[in-house]
Amino acid sequence: MARAATNRRKLVLTLLAWTVGIAMFFPILWTALTSFKTEAEAIASPPSFLAFHWTLENYAEVQARSDYFLHFMNSVVISLGSTLAGLLVAVPAAWSMAFVPGRRTRDVLMWMLSTKMLPPVGVLIPIYLLFRDSGLLDSRIGLIIVLTLINLPIIVWMLFTYFREIPGEILEAARMDGAGLREEILFVLLPMAVPGIASTLLLNVILAWNEAFWTLNLSASQSAPLTAFIASYSSPEGLFYAKLSAASTMAVAPILILGWFSQKQLVRGLTFGAVK
Amino acid sequence: MGEIVLNRITKSFGDVSVIPPLDLTIADGEFVVFVGPSGCGKSTLLRLIAGLEDSSSGAIRIDGKDATALPPAQRGLAMVFQSYALYPHMTVRNNIAFPLKMARMDKAAIDRKVEAAAKVLNLTSYLDRRPGQLSGGQRQRVAIGRAIVREPTAFLFDEPLSNLDAALRVNMRLEISELHASLGTTMIYVTHDQVEAMTMADKIVVLNAGRIEQVGSPIELYNRPCNRFVAGFIGSPRMNIIEGAETGGQAHAIGIRPEHLALSTDSGHWAGTVSVSEHLGSDTFVYVQVDGVGTLVARAGGEFPVRHGDRVWLTPQPDRLHRFDAEGKAL
Repeated sequence: MARAATNRRKLVLTLLAWTVGIAMFFPILWTALTSFKTEAEAIASPPSFLAFHWTLENYAEVQARSDYFLHFMNSVVISLGSTLAGLLVAVPAAWSMAFVPGRRTRDVLMWMLSTKMLPPVGVLIPIYLLFRDSGLLDSRIGLIIVLTLINLPIIVWMLFTYFREIPGEILEAARMDGAGLREEILFVLLPMAVPGIASTLLLNVILAWNEAFWTLNLSASQSAPLTAFIASYSSPEGLFYAKLSAASTMAVAPILILGWFSQKQLVRGLTFGAVK
Repeated sequence: MGEIVLNRITKSFGDVSVIPPLDLTIADGEFVVFVGPSGCGKSTLLRLIAGLEDSSSGAIRIDGKDATALPPAQRGLAMVFQSYALYPHMTVRNNIAFPLKMARMDKAAIDRKVEAAAKVLNLTSYLDRRPGQLSGGQRQRVAIGRAIVREPTAFLFDEPLSNLDAALRVNMRLEISELHASLGTTMIYVTHDQVEAMTMADKIVVLNAGRIEQVGSPIELYNRPCNRFVAGFIGSPRMNIIEGAETGGQAHAIGIRPEHLALSTDSGHWAGTVSVSEHLGSDTFVYVQVDGVGTLVARAGGEFPVRHGDRVWLTPQPDRLHRFDAEGKAL
């Protein structure tokens, strides 16, 4: 009886999980499918799921009309650059919070997190003016700086959670063994935290890759990443669904592939410390 | 030279004073054991000497030099931790070599020293393993190896054997004593186990609530404890303390160790009933409910055939009686 009940429960949960999973994945699948249709088929009603005339012309046209590779490289440079810059600041910050906490450490952590609750548009004007006056508009450096700052709280929090799991005695042993602060972090703490740092890095690359608000508002043509590339297919030319879909597919494909290969690492990273 | 001098050293965490002003001199080459119950400040004191905690006031001199403000790396001390604190991502070889690499020693010299240390500690065949693949005793040996290769001014041990099982603990105790005999380096050893303190120390420092209760050789502390706390802490089973009429009015309390109470089945000073008897073969510990006094423990050498409920008599050796005043001080 009890076993039958458990099995039924399992079945319901499995069905629910698949439903949610498919619901979440469907828009991406639909975008990918649409990118292979002609514009006429893309807006046909009722839409055809697979039985349409498959074509690559949207990709060819998108590539001909805008420089995908430039935007791709911008996305790579901005997401990797902001992640590395973030780690450079966050590693020492998380070290001090995890291993030499003060009375206000908790408050500082909460305050950092609270900056993520502020609607970004609230600081758009001041940041835009600052960027304009310092010549950072439409530059990769400018976007790296702003994305580093935006995602820093998340990086510090993730690293902090990881570092806290590392026994302080091991760092003390390194100090007794003659290691200075730099050696302690480089040779002992970081190698022990490699899984945590890897998942922090991955998550941050994904967040930075997908970040649209700041990249759209602070870039024009030179530094525009793939988010701007997609956006350029939506408004000015009316609704060309097939081409928009092709652009979107090209923009999300790299990060989707990265995410697919690192999903194990990511899941581990995000649930780390949740169960002990 | 590894003389360590603590001068009016104190430590407080916020408003809580953990170590009130404390003076202590540890002579070069001495094996000193800090012993006391949990929370007595013995580990904090060791960490102050190591430099892992900053002292709130006072001075620490190591090897004649003022080390009060030096970071741990510059004090020339090596420490063995309770949890071993090995670097899990490094092989045994790299664990032992780490302090030498930090000292920027050249590769050939490092290899030579690591091999030598591994040989002394029977770790040669484990050099390429990681700590996770070793047993507790082997890990402890690696931790000791990492400490000895640096040839430190002094070794600090923070309850190094408490994670090992009983048999291994006795072995490692011997090994550490032998190591001290062969190196002749100053060693400071923290433990809550008075047997470790008694067996290993040249000098025992008994700590209670951050204060030094008594400093002396194991036998001095055993024979002449300066107060009831030390009397109760040193010796196993603990000293029997008797208060009230039986003291004869000369003292507030008297103490007698179990081994100084003669057991008899027919006559003696105190009569009582056996509540528990522990037969170890080499010794027998008898817990006796004495009328009007309470439970007293007596030790008989060899086998003493009594059981629960038997009537026995106890007689204290008069020259082995300890007398304490109302404050607990020895008279």
